[in-house]
Amino acid sequence: MAGAADPLLDIRDLSLDFASPGGALHALRDIDVTVPRGRIVGVVGESGCGKSTLASTIIRLLAANARIVSGEILFEGEDLAKASEHRMRELRGARMSMIFQDPMTALNPVRAIGEQMIDIQHRLPGSTADKRRRARDMLATVGIPDPDNRLTAYPHQFSGGMRQRICIAMALLVEPALILADEPTTALDATLEVQIVDLLKELQREQGCSILFVSHHLGTVTELCDDVVVMYAGEVVEAGSVREIFHNPGHPYTQALLRCDPGRIREATRQLPTIPGALPDLADLPRGCIFQNRCPQAHDRCAREAPPRHRVAEGHTASCHLLEQTEEAPA
Amino acid sequence: MRGATHTRAIGAGRHRPHALMQHWRRLRRDQLGVFGLVLVVLMVGSAILAPWIVPYDHTELMTGGRLAAPTWDHPLGTDQLGRDVFSRLVMGGRVALQVALAALTAALSAGLVLGLIAGFGPRWLDSGMLLVLDAVRAFPVVIFALAVVTLLGPSLWTIVLVVAITSVPIYARIVRTQTQSLRNNEFIQAERALGAGTPRILAIHIMPNVIGPLLILASMDVPLVITMEAGLSFLGMGVQPPTPSWGTILNDGFNHISNSPWPVIAGGIPIILTTLGFTFLGEALRDIFDPKLRKDV
Amino acid sequence: MSDPLLSVDELRVRFRSLGALRALVRGVRDPYIDAVCGVSFQLRAGETLGLVGESGSGKSTVARAIMGLTPSQAGSVRFDGRELRGLPTRELRRLRADMAMMFQDPVGSLSPRLTVRALITEPLRIHGRTEVNLDEEADRLLDMVGLTPEFGGRFPHQLSGGQARRVGVARALALNPRLIIADEPTAGLDVSVQGEVLNLLAHLQRKLGLAILIITHNLNVVRHVTDRTAIMYLGRFVEQGATETIFRAPHHPYTAALLSANPEPDPDAAHARVELHGEVPSLMNRPPGCEFHPRCPYARELCAHTPPRVTEAGGEHRYTCHFPLNAHDMAAA
Repeated sequence: MAGAADPLLDIRDLSLDFASPGGALHALRDIDVTVPRGRIVGVVGESGCGKSTLASTIIRLLAANARIVSGEILFEGEDLAKASEHRMRELRGARMSMIFQDPMTALNPVRAIGEQMIDIQHRLPGSTADKRRRARDMLATVGIPDPDNRLTAYPHQFSGGMRQRICIAMALLVEPALILADEPTTALDATLEVQIVDLLKELQREQGCSILFVSHHLGTVTELCDDVVVMYAGEVVEAGSVREIFHNPGHPYTQALLRCDPGRIREATRQLPTIPGALPDLADLPRGCIFQNRCPQAHDRCAREAPPRHRVAEGHTASCHLLEQTEEAPA
Repeated sequence: MRGATHTRAIGAGRHRPHALMQHWRRLRRDQLGVFGLVLVVLMVGSAILAPWIVPYDHTELMTGGRLAAPTWDHPLGTDQLGRDVFSRLVMGGRVALQVALAALTAALSAGLVLGLIAGFGPRWLDSGMLLVLDAVRAFPVVIFALAVVTLLGPSLWTIVLVVAITSVPIYARIVRTQTQSLRNNEFIQAERALGAGTPRILAIHIMPNVIGPLLILASMDVPLVITMEAGLSFLGMGVQPPTPSWGTILNDGFNHISNSPWPVIAGGIPIILTTLGFTFLGEALRDIFDPKLRKDV
Repeated sequence: MSDPLLSVDELRVRFRSLGALRALVRGVRDPYIDAVCGVSFQLRAGETLGLVGESGSGKSTVARAIMGLTPSQAGSVRFDGRELRGLPTRELRRLRADMAMMFQDPVGSLSPRLTVRALITEPLRIHGRTEVNLDEEADRLLDMVGLTPEFGGRFPHQLSGGQARRVGVARALALNPRLIIADEPTAGLDVSVQGEVLNLLAHLQRKLGLAILIITHNLNVVRHVTDRTAIMYLGRFVEQGATETIFRAPHHPYTAALLSANPEPDPDAAHARVELHGEVPSLMNRPPGCEFHPRCPYARELCAHTPPRVTEAGGEHRYTCHFPLNAHDMAAA
């Protein structure tokens, strides 16, 4: 990926387990993700792939039964996996902030949004009046009409799209280096999604922060992101620039995913392609490649050994045995 | 909500052990719950098997004398007529069990029916029923009991009637609230779309989802009911001598407290044990059946 | 052309927004929300119609009004020639056997305490079809939707989204309906399994000659599985016609906006993006004139005060716009 020098966020070999009565669920395994400064990286995958878990792990908002088994989360040089809770709290809402999927429940329903926006600036210098002004300016920037009067309004008085804009405003108010966006447009209608995506693009350009954008919607990721990481059942199967991945997908899962997207299919058809089979059991993983039971090109080797990461092109890697002619990517 | 990805139950494809086994395993892990279960089994068992396990006939006057302190022969002493207190208490358990069973069954049934109707029917019916139910609940129990006793005379069934009637409003309200929250759920709409009539929807689709929490609540009300019975019998409105009831034993003990404290202490023990047992068991059951309270995954 | 199986004409659905007393106190003369304002369309056997719109467009309300789950205030709904509105409950129940609905939430629309087997055979029991062997029927229906008989013993919470959808289809088929209304059949499903449900519906349609009404916001899906499409905005159809035509040359600006709002996963795709201003207005504050004008990038003076009439563009293609796009043969009004 471009801009590899001194990335903002560098996740290496991250593995995470969830404890459960039926055994440990290996939700994330050997994850490698790099977010360069000032770039938007998309994390794409379907239900159960672990993309939301990844975002939650970075900011460490995890359930009690989650445990980081190994790996590093290097953020501005510091390993978050080993940081104390106190340190994480210092970072949250200062160096990194998060936008959640459901705007309906992401805001405190019993406090005015102005109060919430002033609250979130508690670490920043300045008087309350200064903070109120910054909040008002930010509301205007994200496109809330009549911001002066809206500061005293409550979340339920806004529509879903407006609420998500407010959440974005709050995430950006503290001028973080990294924004984690967990499916922020999934709950919104298509025409609203378009507006939010454009807004994010514009604001990112202005502020220069990095965004990790989690989504299952391939089209949105193509619109917004510079680089993309494809996840399947807890592993990263492919990573590269958006252009590379969509024009030249290396991993059979990515290829299948693109094949199945009805938006990509040129000819109208009554027989839509699917990926047959089901996700593997995270508590009882198969030996070898994680995708073997659904891969149209699976062969003997896939069942014996897990494929290493292979280089498909400059800055583009995928984990598949079929790519073996190309050199192996550096660990 | 548009496009919300449905997080597939991880392991939904795996073979799940039978639901009952899972519940039993969870119960075993809750130590207080197990303790409660043991107590309940003890109390209910001794009540059922009472005639066969009492060491003495509870009406027999003992040679040990009256108001005797506990001895090996009479572990809880004797009462003012010389009867073995332990035997009387065990027999008294039968009264307590009968009252609890009869009263709660009646209250549950009536509460279920009324609650379903109030929750599913039109607004005006709901408002009307709530008015009546709240009025009943607001009425002081003891005064109500006095009125009933005046009409029907003191007896076991008088107590059952009083307890049942005063418990109905609470159960009805719970059922009503649950029914109301379910009635707009998609699966109810789906059933209506299939042509299911109201009786079918209530009986097959709403009631089974409502009855679980109700039963657990009722089990936690058992000690309450028994205490009510004890209290009303204490005031002379319940079973008459020589039938033993925990309340009358307490009453007798109270009357002779200056002579010997033992009957009062003894009379309190089964009430305490039953309360503890049912409360712990009920709470454990509630935790098991309420998925939101589960601590493990 | 054969008679349509379902014929909807000027259907209107209103909801009370305020109780009678409060409306009186606040001086609100007309405390109603018009969720559906005069919707008309036809559906023939063996045909699939897509009803497309965003939240608040009224598309789900139309479906529920057709099924009789929501009362409608005006218009006509004719099924197989018989008027459904105003039909006594007993008659309606019998007709319900011919129309089946699949609901949006795949797991939530299944009664949680019943097994899959019981759920699938519910319709048979409700309609008193006791002469049928229920177990055999259950197996037959499960097979039809591609589930093994083993699924019969499972409970809804033990099913994945895709499996629950199939159970919904099986249940809908139990009484051999002639019409299936599918409310957001792909909502909550991953792209890789969406096809399973849609392919299944297409296959069943071919095999059984079903008429299918698909309600969705997902235009990509509509393009592939429907014969005709209708686009809804604030309770009205703004455009309807053959799917092919609508996708190739949309006439209404909202249709064009919806089409361009579905970003293609192709970074080099040329994007003629039609971006809309603002958000969908509340149903209680309907804009005057053409209701779409405050958001329309092509709105002109006329649009603000005169509501456009329905224009026929030949071949069952209709739209409601003063200044349609792609209408080379139309002179601007």
